[in-house]
Amino acid sequence: MSSKIESLSQQSKWKVKNRIHFPKKLKVVLYGSVIPAFLLLVWQILSMVGVFERHLMPAPTLVLEKIISMVADGTLWAHIGVTLLRILIGFTIGVVFAVVLGSVIGYLKRAEQLMDPLIQGFRAIPSLAWVPLFILWMGIGESSKIMLIAVGVFFPVYLNIVSGIQGVDRKLIEVGKIYNFTPFQLIRKVILPASLPSFFTGIRSGLGLGWMFVVAAELMGASKGIGYLLVVGQNTYSPDLVLASIVMIAILGKLTDSALKAIESKSLHWQDSFGKQS
Amino acid sequence: MLSLKNVSRTFNDGSTGFKNINFKSEKGEIIGLLGTSGCGKSTLLRVVSGLDIEYTGSVKINDDLIKAVHEKVGIIFQEPRLMPWLNVVDNIGFGLNDKKDKQKEAQTFVDLVGLNGFGEHFPKDLSGGMAQRVSIARALITNPEVLLLDEPFSALDAFTKMQLQDLLLKIWHQYQATIVLVTHDIDEALYLCDRIFILRGQPGEVYKELQVPVSRPRSRGDEELAKMKATILDLLDLSQVENGESHDDIKTTTTK
Repeated sequence: MSSKIESLSQQSKWKVKNRIHFPKKLKVVLYGSVIPAFLLLVWQILSMVGVFERHLMPAPTLVLEKIISMVADGTLWAHIGVTLLRILIGFTIGVVFAVVLGSVIGYLKRAEQLMDPLIQGFRAIPSLAWVPLFILWMGIGESSKIMLIAVGVFFPVYLNIVSGIQGVDRKLIEVGKIYNFTPFQLIRKVILPASLPSFFTGIRSGLGLGWMFVVAAELMGASKGIGYLLVVGQNTYSPDLVLASIVMIAILGKLTDSALKAIESKSLHWQDSFGKQS
Repeated sequence: MLSLKNVSRTFNDGSTGFKNINFKSEKGEIIGLLGTSGCGKSTLLRVVSGLDIEYTGSVKINDDLIKAVHEKVGIIFQEPRLMPWLNVVDNIGFGLNDKKDKQKEAQTFVDLVGLNGFGEHFPKDLSGGMAQRVSIARALITNPEVLLLDEPFSALDAFTKMQLQDLLLKIWHQYQATIVLVTHDIDEALYLCDRIFILRGQPGEVYKELQVPVSRPRSRGDEELAKMKATILDLLDLSQVENGESHDDIKTTTTK
């Protein structure tokens, strides 16, 4: 056992070292940037040579110019802010409903038999098919957009929570039973923490769908937002605006996902899995 | 005290499980249940623990009929079954209700099972033996009067196993709990137990009850124990192996 102690303390020393100067993290970021940078370079060169026509596929520098000009006149922040707010509200509503329904259905067999067929049926409907109905019900304003996003976010989160709860190791639940836990204690102390990994998988894919549906919602009629910029770009024949919007979506989508991923790896540091080998 | 009267629990139309088990424990006695695989040892332990209440007969702890898990029962499973998201201290305090001195109490048990300095470690960083130490501490912290062990050391290497057997005896001296140990390791049963029940058949029945008349501390190489081991091997009738019945589960390792 003493050798184990030694190797453990050795390990923790290395961990501390990594935390102090983090060339490794920087390396990972650089690694991930190699291919995008190369593609940008190729795009730029092909634009300059004239392979890409300017009125169809403007060069990266022109797209960047467009973004900078929007930053300068302040319009960009307004559009981004509106889009982010929509996604935040829709995402939150979708996640809350999915967590409540998913927990009950995952835990109670009866509730699953009662509700799951219905929910699976709804899942089979492409979320965009709801658009006309939502517009009829709620008009073209904010509520129909947020509703669409919430519906899109709901399903991946719901599915992952149900399967996460049902996949909790029976042996761990038995440990709780040994201590005469009430169902509520069992859920709080065993089932929820044990299904946390699939919860995170769910909200990350939910967020991805959230971005998809916020753009869809803004395409169908909005006066602000990134999706609206896409429509404007199309109607005014300005591919630089369309590309600038797409780039913004890519950047924001990546940033929000990274934020969730950071929370995930912080909350799941106890996992002993292949992906976490250093 | 633990007492079983005509306890049966069978599955598959009575072809597996166990039947007609009777015994009464003395206070602080260590009882071994020894048998080949499939004779219902673990099922019996689940019944006594209250995890399986579909039995017939009566199981009593201090005259309380077992219908659910009794608060005076502690269990140590074959696998440590630690919560991977809790560190050692929190795993040990897992069964305690949330109260102020929970951490402090758990810390004393960290020291008791010899894990000083590992309180902040997570299960993924523990060796098999250390993890099992944590699960021993987790079972002891609620101060059980009856401690049930389901092949607790069978997944460990020979040296760790001996260390933990001695740790168990040390703790038993301190707490004087009644221990029921399910095992298929004859040496382990002889080293630890006051009384050994040998289960045989399908469904399993008590085939023989043996007292171990050697006083503690016992030597693993004790001559008396070696003789008893020969008797037990005889009783288990391992010659059936040649007749095609599988008893490969029985460990016959010789101790040094």
